Amino acid sequence: MIKVVFFAALREQLNCSELSLNSDQLTTVADLKTALASKDENWQQVFANNALLSAVNHDMVHSEQAIKSGDEVAFFPPVTGG
Amino acid sequence: MTTNTDAEISIQTADFSLADEVALLEQDNAIDGAVVTFTGRVRNQNEGKEVTSLTLEHYPGMTEKSLAKIINTAKERWRIGRVKVIHRVGELFIGEQIVFVGVTSKHRQDAFAANEFIMDYLKVQAPFWKKESTKQGNHWLDAKTSDENKAAKW
Repeated sequence: MIKVVFFAALREQLNCSELSLNSDQLTTVADLKTALASKDENWQQVFANNALLSAVNHDMVHSEQAIKSGDEVAFFPPVTGG
Repeated sequence: MTTNTDAEISIQTADFSLADEVALLEQDNAIDGAVVTFTGRVRNQNEGKEVTSLTLEHYPGMTEKSLAKIINTAKERWRIGRVKVIHRVGELFIGEQIVFVGVTSKHRQDAFAANEFIMDYLKVQAPFWKKESTKQGNHWLDAKTSDENKAAKW
């Protein structure tokens, strides 16, 4: 299983802060994005946004990053702290 | 190899005291002649709108990891002594302190540069998000291209 977490505007748009997904068919962050986008029209629209950032196990990564069972993957908008 | 101590990074809802933080940076630290601090506060307006408060969200775990990496990079690039980064989360009102970056060094140049570097990278890499409340309603702030450009200059 892969734990997926969402933050800020993304969390609100999806009305979801975290979920778990079977990782058998998922080898990269891009695969995971495609799987999530196929949930429904809202998820598809949200994941069509190219500005979204992703992290695996608390490190910022690109879509080609490999993922495996037990990983925590996060999706969020560009950061605005400070 | 540089290492971070837990004491270098604090993510908290509570306010902080600039005087206390400076005292900690200076305590038993006779080798550093320079102490540079930056404090960020909530402004009363943004892009023409009257702001009433900001609500800060973050990604616990990743925030600390990302700040630790930024601090370590600063320690590799400049000859600095102590570092302290505090970032508040939750709802903050006009004039309240949001963020503190303090750096000490033997001479001022290194502390000035490292402090600005840490702040510039915190802005574009640390997973914090601001939701702005105005009289017209609430909305999440968009990231600024100017912040990306500023960090890229280092």
